[in-house]
Amino acid sequence: MIDAIPDKISRKFKEKDQFDLNRNSQYYLLPFRFHRLTDEKEIIVNEVGDYLILSNGTFESIVKRKLDKEKDKDLYGDLIANFFISEELIPPLIDVLATRYRTKKLFLNYFTGLHIFVISLRCEHTCHYCQVSRVTQNRDLYDMSLSNIDKGIDIMFKSPNPHVTMEFQGGEALLAFDHIKYAVEKAEQIAIEIGKGLTKVICTNLALINEEILEYCKEHDILISTSLDGPKYVHDKNRNKPNASSYELAIKGIELSRKLLGHDRVSALMTTTKLSLDYPTEIVEEYFNLGFQGIFLRNISPYGFALRTDTSKYETEKFLAFYKKALDRILEYNFSGYHFTEDLAKIFLTKILTPFNVGFVDLQSPAGLINGVIVFNYDGGVYATDESRMLAEQKDYTFKLGTLNDDYNDLFFGRKAQEIAQLWANEALTGCSECAFQQYCGADPVHNHATQGDMYGYRPNSDFCQKNMEIIRYLIELMESDSRIKRIFESWAKTATH
Amino acid sequence: MLLRTKGKPINIEGHLVGKVTRNPDLLDENSFLLIDSFVSELPSKNFMGVLSRQDEYEVKNGENVVFKIPTLDHLTDGDIVSVGNDGNINTLYRVNSFHNTLLATERCNSNCLMCSQPPRDKNDIPIHYQIHKKLIPLIPKDCFELGISGGEPTLMGNLFFDLLSQIKAELPETEIHVLTNGRTFAWNHMAERLGELDYRRLMLGIPVYADYYQVHDYIVQAENAFYQTILGLHNLARYNQRLEVRVVLHKQSIPRLTRLAKYIYKNLPFVEHVTFMGLEFVGYAPHNIDKLWIDPFDYQNELGEAVEFLAGQGMHVSIYNTPLCILPENLWKYARKSISDWKNDYLPECATCTKLGECGGLFTWNLKKHSKHIHPFTS
Repeated sequence: MIDAIPDKISRKFKEKDQFDLNRNSQYYLLPFRFHRLTDEKEIIVNEVGDYLILSNGTFESIVKRKLDKEKDKDLYGDLIANFFISEELIPPLIDVLATRYRTKKLFLNYFTGLHIFVISLRCEHTCHYCQVSRVTQNRDLYDMSLSNIDKGIDIMFKSPNPHVTMEFQGGEALLAFDHIKYAVEKAEQIAIEIGKGLTKVICTNLALINEEILEYCKEHDILISTSLDGPKYVHDKNRNKPNASSYELAIKGIELSRKLLGHDRVSALMTTTKLSLDYPTEIVEEYFNLGFQGIFLRNISPYGFALRTDTSKYETEKFLAFYKKALDRILEYNFSGYHFTEDLAKIFLTKILTPFNVGFVDLQSPAGLINGVIVFNYDGGVYATDESRMLAEQKDYTFKLGTLNDDYNDLFFGRKAQEIAQLWANEALTGCSECAFQQYCGADPVHNHATQGDMYGYRPNSDFCQKNMEIIRYLIELMESDSRIKRIFESWAKTATH
Repeated sequence: MLLRTKGKPINIEGHLVGKVTRNPDLLDENSFLLIDSFVSELPSKNFMGVLSRQDEYEVKNGENVVFKIPTLDHLTDGDIVSVGNDGNINTLYRVNSFHNTLLATERCNSNCLMCSQPPRDKNDIPIHYQIHKKLIPLIPKDCFELGISGGEPTLMGNLFFDLLSQIKAELPETEIHVLTNGRTFAWNHMAERLGELDYRRLMLGIPVYADYYQVHDYIVQAENAFYQTILGLHNLARYNQRLEVRVVLHKQSIPRLTRLAKYIYKNLPFVEHVTFMGLEFVGYAPHNIDKLWIDPFDYQNELGEAVEFLAGQGMHVSIYNTPLCILPENLWKYARKSISDWKNDYLPECATCTKLGECGGLFTWNLKKHSKHIHPFTS
C-alpha cells in the first residue's frame, strides 16, 4: 500500500478527479442506524456515536446505493470521513474505527470500581418515597457488622480495577459513623499496602453532621454526597424528619461541610417525586443559588413507587415536561454566562459529541451493574446495584448475587451474574439492537424487571426507553436549532471528559 | 537573510563543518578563522581553516582556505558552517537564532500544491547525513529548539533513527521538532522504532488538510496519502509520540475546514497541538496560485469556527502566519509569531501600526501576495 521512496516520479500536477480511488461509485455500508426526527429531518448514527442530520429520504438513497458521488459530493465525503460507508469492503481506516470503538467501551477496561457499603439501614428520617430504611435502635440487626465490613473490603480489593471507590450508604450512614471509621482506616491501610487508588464517599442527609465528623472526613479525604430535592417546601414534604426541617439541616450541613472540606468536596443529588414535577424552575434555582455547578435531574425511581406499566407512560410524560422546563432554566443561566450543567444531559452529550464515554450504571452497554458497581448490603447480602437491594426489601431477590461469605468468582462470574449478563448489552436486545440511539443509551435489566416483570424488557411501552429516547432527541433538536446551545452543550461534554 | 556564500577553495577535501570566529584566541580544531581584512600571521595552533575576504591568499602551512568571499558580515562568532571543496559556505546553525533547522533531504514522496520548498529527486540523503553528523556535536548544549525538515525526513530510513539518536545523546536538553507527512508511519514498525527511542523532547508536526481523503490526496498530490497519514498518526499515538497536526489554509482546504476540526477532535484527540497556517507565497505556490488563493480575510468565519471548536474541547490551538489586522479580535489569543526571523517581514504601511510588536507579520515572500485587508492599527 505504501510507496515511501518513489522511483523517478513525475512532478506534474494532477487534477482532483485523478485522486478518486473509486471511480465506479460502488460503496459498502458500514454498521449504522437511523431514526426519523421530524417530518423533514432524520438522523444517522454510526457504531462509535458520530451522527449526521439529513433530510428525510437520504437514508433510503444511501442504503439503496442511489447516492451520486458527484452530485452529492459533500454528503458523500461526510459519509466516507465519518465511517458510514466505505469504498473498500474493509475500510482503509478500520484500525482507527477499532480504536474509536475501544475508546467508547473504555469503561469496561478495569471492571468494578464503585463498591457500595450499606453501612446501616437505620434512619432518623421517614421519607415517604423510601421503602428501605428503618427507624430503630437495633444496631445488631440493621448495621453492617465489622466482620462483614472486613469481608466487603477483602472483596473490594480483589477487583482488578487499579482505583476503587468505597461509598457508604444507608439508611443514614452517619448513624454508624464508628463503623465507617473502622472501614475507612482498614481500607486505607490495605490500599497503601497493595498500591491501589481509593476514593471514599459518605452519602448522608447531613442531619447528623458536625465539626468532629467533618474533621475526620478532612483528615481522611472523604467526599460528602447529600440529598437535596429542591426548595424547602419541596424538600421537607419529600423528606420527612419528625420534629425538624430536613431542608434546614441539609443547608446547614452543606455550608459547614463546604467550610471545613472545601466547596468541591460536597455534592448533592435530587430525587424527583410527584410533588417535584410542579417545581422544575424552582428546583434548578435552588441548586444554582446554593452555588452548585450543576444539577442531576433524575427521573422518578420506580422502586419506591412500584409503577405499573400502564401508568408509567403517563408519569414519564410528566417527567419529560418537567425535565424540559428545568433544562430551559439551566440554559438561561448559561446564556447569561454562567457555567451550570444538567448532569443527565452531560452524560448523553459526552456520548453524542465526544470520542469518549462515561460509565454510568444504566446508560452504558454492557450495563454498569457488576461491571462498574456492586452493593454490599447491611446484612451481608451482595447485590448487583443499589436498586437491586431496594427490590430485596420488597422480598424480591432476583438480583442478589450471593453473600459476603461467597467466593469472589462465584459472586462476579457465577450463575446469577451469567444470567444477568445475557441481557445487559443493548446491542443484543430487541428494540435496542436497531435503535439509532443505541450508542448513546444503555441497558437496565433491573429496571426492566422492576417495571415490566422480566429482565429482557419490552421496548414499545418501556418508560426507560421512552424517557431516554426523548431526552436524546430533544438534546439533538436543541443543538441543531440554536448554535449557542450547541456551544454550551459542547462545553458541558468537555467538562465531563477532561 | 544571507545563509550561503562562496569563495575560492584551496586544499578543501569533501565537506568541512566547523564553528566560525574572528577571535584567534578562541580558535580550536573545530573552528574556522574569519578574516575580513589582511592578517599578517596565522595563530600557531591546530584549527580547521581560514575563511577570508581577501582577493589574494598565500598558503603558508598547507591550511584549508576559502578566499575571495564577497562578505562575511552575516556570520557571528559561534555560528556553524559547512565548507565544500567547491568553495560553498553554507550556514548550518546560527547561534543567535531560535529557528535553526536541519534539512534532512530534499526528496519527498508527496508533491503538495503549495509546497514552499519543492522536492528534488536526487539522492542527497548520505551527504546531508554526513554533514549533520559533524554538525550536531558542535551545536551549543543550551540550544533551545532544533527543527528537522525536508523534503520528507523519514525517507532517510535507518539514518533517520540514527540522526535522532545522535541528537538525543548530544543535545539532551533541546526540543526537537520534526516536520514529516507521517505517511511512513503507516508502517507500524516505523512508529514502534521511534517509540523505542523514548524521546520525550521530540515532537512530530504532521499535515492533515481535509477530513475526506480525495481532498487531502489532491492537495498533497499523492494517492492514498490521507489514509497513510491518519494511520501513521494512530500508530505514533500508540507509541506515545508527541504530535502536532498542521493545516495550511487555502482555497482547497477551507471548504471542509470545520469538518476537519471535528474530525481531528473525534479521531485524533491525542494530538498535543493543532496549528492553522497561512499560505506561503513561495515554492510551488506562485505556480498554483489560481488553485490556492483565497484572501485570508475571506475565510475568517471558517477559521474561527474550527479554532474555537477545538479550543473549546480543550485542545491546544495556534494560528500561524497571519497578521493580527486580518483576524477578528477573539482569535488574537491563538495567533503566534510563528515566522522564523530570517524570512519574516512587514509591509510599508505596517510601520505606523500600534500592534506591530505583537504581530507575527508576513513571510518575506508574501510581501508580493497578501490579503487586501492589511491595515495599521492606529490606537
